[in-house]
Amino acid sequence: MLGRTASGLFWMMRYLERFENTARLIDAGFRMSLTRARTAESEWESVLTTAGTRDLYLQSHDRFSTRGVTEFLIADRDNPSSLFRSIAAARENARMTRTALTRDVWEAINETWLQFKRDHAALRHRTDLQDLLSSVRQQSALVRGSINGTMLRNDIFRFVILGAMIERADNTARVLDTKYYVLLPSSASVGSSLDIVQWEMILRSASAERSFHWLYGGEINPAAIVDFLIHDVRLPRSIAYCYDEIVATLEALELEYGKRTPAHDLAASHEAHITSSTSDVIVGSGLHEFLIDLIARNAALSGQIEQDYRFSN
Amino acid sequence: MRVGEMAEGNKFFDEMHGFDQAIRAPYQVFHELLSEIDPARLKRQSNKAEEFFRKTGITFNVYGEADAEERLIPFDLLPRIISAKEWRTLTKGIEQRIKALNAFLHDIYHRQEILRAGRIPATLIMENDAFLAQMVGVDPPGGIYTHIVGTDLVRTGPDDFFVLEDNARTPSGVSYMLENRETMLKMFPELFSRVGVETISDYPSLLRKSLAASAPMACQGKPTIAVLTPGVHNSAYYEHAFLADQMGVELVEGYDLKVVDGRICMRTTCGFEPIDVIYRRVDDEYLDPLNFNPDSLLGVPGIFDIYRAGGISITNAPGTGISDDKALYSYMPEIVEFYTGQKPILKNVETWRCSEPSSLQYVLENLAELVVKEVHGSGGYGMLVGPAANKAEIETFRRKLKANPANYIAQPTLALSTVPILTDAGLAPRHVDLRPFVLVSPQSIDVVPGGLTRVAMKEGSLVVNSSQGGGTKDTWVLSDE
Repeated sequence: MLGRTASGLFWMMRYLERFENTARLIDAGFRMSLTRARTAESEWESVLTTAGTRDLYLQSHDRFSTRGVTEFLIADRDNPSSLFRSIAAARENARMTRTALTRDVWEAINETWLQFKRDHAALRHRTDLQDLLSSVRQQSALVRGSINGTMLRNDIFRFVILGAMIERADNTARVLDTKYYVLLPSSASVGSSLDIVQWEMILRSASAERSFHWLYGGEINPAAIVDFLIHDVRLPRSIAYCYDEIVATLEALELEYGKRTPAHDLAASHEAHITSSTSDVIVGSGLHEFLIDLIARNAALSGQIEQDYRFSN
Repeated sequence: MRVGEMAEGNKFFDEMHGFDQAIRAPYQVFHELLSEIDPARLKRQSNKAEEFFRKTGITFNVYGEADAEERLIPFDLLPRIISAKEWRTLTKGIEQRIKALNAFLHDIYHRQEILRAGRIPATLIMENDAFLAQMVGVDPPGGIYTHIVGTDLVRTGPDDFFVLEDNARTPSGVSYMLENRETMLKMFPELFSRVGVETISDYPSLLRKSLAASAPMACQGKPTIAVLTPGVHNSAYYEHAFLADQMGVELVEGYDLKVVDGRICMRTTCGFEPIDVIYRRVDDEYLDPLNFNPDSLLGVPGIFDIYRAGGISITNAPGTGISDDKALYSYMPEIVEFYTGQKPILKNVETWRCSEPSSLQYVLENLAELVVKEVHGSGGYGMLVGPAANKAEIETFRRKLKANPANYIAQPTLALSTVPILTDAGLAPRHVDLRPFVLVSPQSIDVVPGGLTRVAMKEGSLVVNSSQGGGTKDTWVLSDE
């Protein structure tokens, strides 16, 4: 396969995953702003922080209004994480690698782009926003389904998975990091209703609220949340799950290409680091530091993959 | 639905009706079937077809239009139908012309007999930008220059077919020929069980075969083929991806390629792998920044040297542009006779070369009746259609023509044949041309039985180019009874 094709597949999937993640963040933020109007501004601020675009937002806005932030996250052409930019970039990468995609996958991505443009053009009221976000979820499921249902399990598929998992691990780490202080035992208002809402928001941002309650029987506490989102391989958005997939995928590539890459070693060492750090240790020695380090490791792995598989010259 | 409600006595030859109200033989069965189809269904299927094109992303990019970056080419449901007999004549004529073109190219880049014989002026070649001096003395694998050709034909009467352009560089549109057929098969499957239409679906495998047949000396084993595209923003990108996909070969950009150990190699996830045959959709001048345009980012530095050394086949060969140049076009009858010893089967359109003072004077005096084209123009840009232009446009063009006469040729405005299209007000005739696609290998010349019929969607318009709002139709070549 061409190195450029591998790059196109990898980034197509990173952007598709980002498209879905940003929609989920908007949804979680919107819910918070409805239920807690007084703190809405700071909730929107933390949504922007999670998306990594707070500073960019402040260059053109002076307050964190629901309208300002949602517009910025949905369609701002200057915001590289906006839904508009993410799906446009995903489709552009898909167009670049069209020969590597099945017709079903290409059509699903193309349709996602067309549907987003229609939904965005129809956006007038808050209820339309819910429609837009739910169609992002549906379309993303359609794309994922056509990938799983129609693609050969060869190197093409591997780079798709790598892109998705790298982006997802990054997203989950950022979701946790934005609110790491409400998960610390030293937090002043532990167990207050404010905290519970905050914890719910974290779970919701990772599509994990129902599964959490299912597994933990409605008992919500910060240590369990940290453990769930970082270590629980049953949760498809946990960091451990992502690294499980990444290492398995690099192993499959090793089999196919007959060569082990430095990226493979790096991923294996990250995975060992994640599984060997227990939640108690992580929270005790600094949750924020752990997450920041993880985000950096994840980015380094992404760079190593690009280099090892010759994404560019 | 009622069809054939056209004005008494058509001014133009209509493919369905001829010059009057009759139904021409190739359209007999189709016309019967068409009258049984409910007009509402036609409209519905027409919308469905458009939806299909949009969903599949069968679009083209328009340069210089920021908002309409990707556009659909309008597709009309009513096919253009050609009888088996008509097709045989066309095929013979095209084959003859393509043999002559390849012989001409070989001659021009070797002994130049045709210039020595004084049949065409030497300055026409030597002072032509499309003449590639670097190709002199080079022998392309199998002696083939034009592996892929899309000959543009127009028709003005029952037996009057003219070649408008030879398109021997990088003709496009074949993906539309194939997708149009796919669409018609989806929309009206029953038509194909009643009308015997030649299939075209083996084009991609034929293309792959004829590319493989032109593998270079350096090739060992099964040739590795790749399609070279300028990239995702090129107007024909969809087609490049489509052809690579259909053939099952890589779609590469210049950025993916480099010279390794005397071969052109593509950068893969496992290292560099040599390519044997490259179907390039990049123009000559952008092909190799070391040998041609140094500013080009689309090509591969050094590819031309590898080509000359037999390390890769480039299709179509560099330098073929000299054979489909618009100024040279007027000499095609001489060229065909010189190399085949036969009279041309297909007619050439009468052409005035504005570089010649007497022709220039005639053209200037008759601008309102003529079509004037730039020698190197394409896509329907930079041309004047006299009868459709207003006074001011004609005067502007007159100034451009006087300033640089050698840059222009002129032709009579041809009465292009029409085919009905589906409009909101029922069927209405629109002008069409025809581009059959031809594959040339050392073993054979294959004219695929079909082609791209382009149609001017605007009433009365003679400009069929998609960049100017033209549409397309499926093209049926009937099988022999």
